[in-house]
Amino acid sequence: MIGVCCTNLVKRYGDVVAVNGLSLRVSRGECFGLLGPNGAGKTTTIEILEGLLEPDAGEVEILGLTWQDHERELRQRIGVQLQETQLGDKLSVEETLRLFRSFYHRGRTLDELLRIVELESKRHSWVGKLSGGQKQRLAVACALAGDPDLLFLDEPTTGLDPQSRRQLWEIIRRFRAAGGTVLLTTHYMEEAERLCDRVAIMDHGKIIALGTPKELIASLGADHVVDFALTEGGIPQDLVEILRQMGGVTAVRTGSDGVSLTVVELHRALPALLALLQQRGVELSLLTTHHASLDDVFVALTGRQLRDT
Amino acid sequence: MYQLALSRMREFYREPEAVFWVFGFPIVLAFALGLAFRNTGPGKLHVGVLAGPGDSAVAVVLDSSPRLDATVLDSATARLRLRTGRVALIVIPRDPVIYRYDSTRTESGLARLEVDEVLQRSRGRKDLVAVRDDRAVAPGSRYIDFLIPGLLGMNLLGSGIWGVGFSVVQARQRKLLKRYMATPMRRSHYLLSFILSRLVFLIVEVVALVGFGWLLFGVAVRGSFASLAGITILGSFSFAGLGLLVASRAKTIEGVSGLMNLVMLPMWILSGTFFSYARFPDAMIPFVKALPLTALNDALRAVMIDGAAITGLGMPLAIVAAWGAASFVIALKIFRWR
Repeated sequence: MIGVCCTNLVKRYGDVVAVNGLSLRVSRGECFGLLGPNGAGKTTTIEILEGLLEPDAGEVEILGLTWQDHERELRQRIGVQLQETQLGDKLSVEETLRLFRSFYHRGRTLDELLRIVELESKRHSWVGKLSGGQKQRLAVACALAGDPDLLFLDEPTTGLDPQSRRQLWEIIRRFRAAGGTVLLTTHYMEEAERLCDRVAIMDHGKIIALGTPKELIASLGADHVVDFALTEGGIPQDLVEILRQMGGVTAVRTGSDGVSLTVVELHRALPALLALLQQRGVELSLLTTHHASLDDVFVALTGRQLRDT
Repeated sequence: MYQLALSRMREFYREPEAVFWVFGFPIVLAFALGLAFRNTGPGKLHVGVLAGPGDSAVAVVLDSSPRLDATVLDSATARLRLRTGRVALIVIPRDPVIYRYDSTRTESGLARLEVDEVLQRSRGRKDLVAVRDDRAVAPGSRYIDFLIPGLLGMNLLGSGIWGVGFSVVQARQRKLLKRYMATPMRRSHYLLSFILSRLVFLIVEVVALVGFGWLLFGVAVRGSFASLAGITILGSFSFAGLGLLVASRAKTIEGVSGLMNLVMLPMWILSGTFFSYARFPDAMIPFVKALPLTALNDALRAVMIDGAAITGLGMPLAIVAAWGAASFVIALKIFRWR
């Protein structure tokens, strides 16, 4: 069963190509993440899929229907959370939800919605008085008002503190557990790893990698990353060559802030690295290791860091 | 639809400033203007008598007139008071008596006539023709009677354009319009919700302003309340349409504010809110009459002052309706939903 399917989507804004021949397929019941830095074309893509933007070229099918022929029905069956919507400040949580609920033929009751997003205690508060996390949960509640089959979330947790973020993840998980399909965009790799069955990494309007978070990380060919820097600053080229030949190292990347090694067996590679550096008589100014993540996948694919783009 | 209209209203009455500008401001204005132009008779004219031989005798004679208030002044004070308008005229009791005044001031002209008459009579002049005054102070012919319907019209225009314009543009700016587009909400319902909520506030506005005029100044509605209701509803619909048109494209509050002023200011001045538009040159009158606020004000005055029936007001009401319908249709066509 198809949740979302699009082929060769193109969207231009003047000379800028925001989406450049993008195709993807999301099955029912799946949680799919569009991942990428700001400006990669994630929002444009999701808004085309939501039927809010007209693509310049390409086909879109949602739940087996098209926007051209079945807009009314589709609107009833999907729930949308937009990136920058500010709900009316002077309405209470309850009134806002009542308003959104009134747009749909069927849907959840007010009490259910409040319980799902854990805003029961804020029922009578004005939207303007809510915290960022509460506002975002309300926005998701509005998207859930019509008990949708498919939920679109555009950067649902951007700018939220870790606790609010976890609360939202929990809401999304429960929606999925009840059989819902989710398509979300994010530039947090951690979010994608924890939440999504499959992710598509986007850059410059294209998908540059697609798969489960595990597959993508495995494609690095290693499971750990070692970052280090030397007190002298730069690293001699011959040392880079030696590192490349070292056992367990699958990739070496040098940047302005140091060197990053992708390694298979950390317990072997790390002592070897330390011994080598001592033998060369150079001193470390920084040494960190972490499990390989989607961040490293993005860096490996584009040569750029995800966060600072 | 009902929920949309309801939230529209809630958002409005929870904005204390908006409530003041829509309901409070016209009442304050009516109160101030009503006080300034109240009909308690023309009031006393203040005149000065220059200090000199026989000054107090002249002052006593002048003071005996119910319309004059005379004071003896030295020459420096007299000059200052005349210049600043505190006295309308200075009498210099010599032979011949001199009246010093500014002939361009209406008040001074009146004082000249009154002072002269009182002085001449005190020296024995007799009236040759018998006369009797018949003063028009009946409700309906005072300035406040003219003003209240005008303020009502202005208020309908202002709240229609402000109420609708600001909330539409704000919703657009906050991406709320786009969010609504992502729901099954019907676009026509969104626009109609404004008109519906306007209708509810209309009742409050009309009752407040007409009630105020009646309580404080005895401004009565001579025609039927049904006619008044019909006209205000039509006017309110029409201006809500105009408000939608003004807000149909604007992306920022600043942008729409400019447009609103562009629409409203000329009408405030031209459409006979504070003074009759008959003061404008004849060539402008047909143009002025074609404005919706002019037509509405005319209809309101016809009902409130002359007691006309709504059936006799086809022309102005047709103008109001045409403006409303045209702007609603155009607004719907060019409305920017994103």
